[in-house]
Amino acid sequence: MKQLLVLSGKGGTGKTTVAGTFVELSQAKAVADCDVDAPNMHLVLKQANAPERFDYMGMDKALIDSETCINCGLCQRNCVFDAIDFLPSTNENKDQYKVSDFGCEGCGVCVYVCPVGAVSMMPSVDGALELFRNGRVFSTATLKMGSGTSGKLVSEVKQNLIKAAPKEGFAILDGSPGIGCPVIASISGVHMVLVVAEPSVSGLSDLDRIVATASKFQTPVALCINKADTNKEKTEEIRRYCQNNQIPLVGEIPFDQKVVEAVNQGKTMAGETGPAGIAIRDVYEKTMGVFWRIQGSNELR
Amino acid sequence: MENKEKGFRIAVLSGKGGTGKTLVSVNLAALQADSAYVDCDVEEPNGHLYFPMEKEAKTQVYSPIPQVNDDLCNGCRECVDFCRFYALAYINEKVKVFENICHSCLGCGLVCPTNAITFNNSTVGTVSTGKHQGIHVYSGSLEIGKASGIPIIKELLKKSHKEKRLVMTDCPPGSACIVMESIKDADYCVLVAEPTIFGAHNLALVHELVSLFHIPYGVVLNKCTDSKNPSEKYCEENKIPILAKLDFDPELGKLNSDGKIVVWEKEEYRTIFEEMASRIAKEVGHETVVGIER
Repeated sequence: MKQLLVLSGKGGTGKTTVAGTFVELSQAKAVADCDVDAPNMHLVLKQANAPERFDYMGMDKALIDSETCINCGLCQRNCVFDAIDFLPSTNENKDQYKVSDFGCEGCGVCVYVCPVGAVSMMPSVDGALELFRNGRVFSTATLKMGSGTSGKLVSEVKQNLIKAAPKEGFAILDGSPGIGCPVIASISGVHMVLVVAEPSVSGLSDLDRIVATASKFQTPVALCINKADTNKEKTEEIRRYCQNNQIPLVGEIPFDQKVVEAVNQGKTMAGETGPAGIAIRDVYEKTMGVFWRIQGSNELR
Repeated sequence: MENKEKGFRIAVLSGKGGTGKTLVSVNLAALQADSAYVDCDVEEPNGHLYFPMEKEAKTQVYSPIPQVNDDLCNGCRECVDFCRFYALAYINEKVKVFENICHSCLGCGLVCPTNAITFNNSTVGTVSTGKHQGIHVYSGSLEIGKASGIPIIKELLKKSHKEKRLVMTDCPPGSACIVMESIKDADYCVLVAEPTIFGAHNLALVHELVSLFHIPYGVVLNKCTDSKNPSEKYCEENKIPILAKLDFDPELGKLNSDGKIVVWEKEEYRTIFEEMASRIAKEVGHETVVGIER
């Protein structure tokens, strides 16, 4: 399965709008939303049927049995994540050590150091995976608030897609913001990254960091500029950046109020006739040109 | 003045980037004569572009990474079995360490029966501090290819905790663990939302998050137009105070995309942000907290 991943460094650049439109234009039969912190793709790719749901098991979490605990404090002293709180006695409870819901990374050090076996690791449901099969396979997920294992969940979203659509030749993935573990998990194994950039000082800074991240994994990158007419000087700077770094610039999309309207109706830009709709179809053609050229040259090697 | 003496922390967050979190936090910080601004978006930090630091002091942030002494290692694999992050493997009769997925829990060192494991400091990123026009600026940056920015956020918060002034914390996007770190000690949260169904959906996610933490909060609606605003509807339905509505304005967008502080550029924007600040002060119930001194 050849995978095209859409990334931006930061959210709000129009990543999901671009990815959703690409899904409709390409009629891709395999799609995943890798933004497990704040998934949005399902809002523009309407599904007729309910999904299959699976619990996502994150890292096990520590649990202290207050009956067995002798309050020695060794667990707290050895926890580098500051995940164990000491709660002084109240009317109802004696002094006790307690694992915080959000801090525990599941390393198991507290279990190891406890002299009386009062700590155990418990399975923890950290979110839900969803798989839609409505003509196309669409894999998505939601992470439970504050869970720290989003990279692992992204990997499972991708595995679900590959397992459910093993024969599909082409997939479109919507990525997550940032450059950390969920993004690294998104990039792993994809065949090209399309970066959606915004013409601003922030956009340029984010763009440079996301391109550096993709290069670290030797993944080819193409780039398009969204809202290109909102700051002409910065758009020119991005064009120069592409030239200097030999990144194919696959088009520029102007700001268009119709995009907001389409999004709010739960639609992609595939059928839109305004300036953004026309531009995005052009970006799609050019992106796929670069994508298949790269795959071709890889297969020749 | 009690709050001010120990510093008052306002965290600015949004379900996703690009909603105007940095716009709101840098401009609220810029209203005050000597406030502090902390950029916790260490994956894609942008605040330093608005507040370039005079006399920037940079410190490295390290995490301890295991180093195995092959002469002492007896090949028992206790460390490999212990590591729940799969950061260690036994290959060709040697323990190999995968640095980028190590969580630095130090467990492998604890379980090693022959004391073959020591820890070396490996750089995960940097923390920069400095001043811009009297504003105390804290900014962190995750090194490319490293998985987690949490040690950097912790260092940023530790450093900025000594501040006895108003502290504006610019959070990373989303609602995952790194956001929790950033808001844990906040006294008030400002949620910034866009007028789209994406915006409303993401707002609902961060709304759930701040409710979990029992921190008082209000919403700034950004990029408003005449069209329907799903985020505003969400606020009304859930009785969330609306602190301000910023209209979609190409001029504001242009100034901001050029890295300008809009409250310093135009009187009109200054008035808008001053109203936002006084609304926050009212919500917080403490007039001195967000006093307008500049």
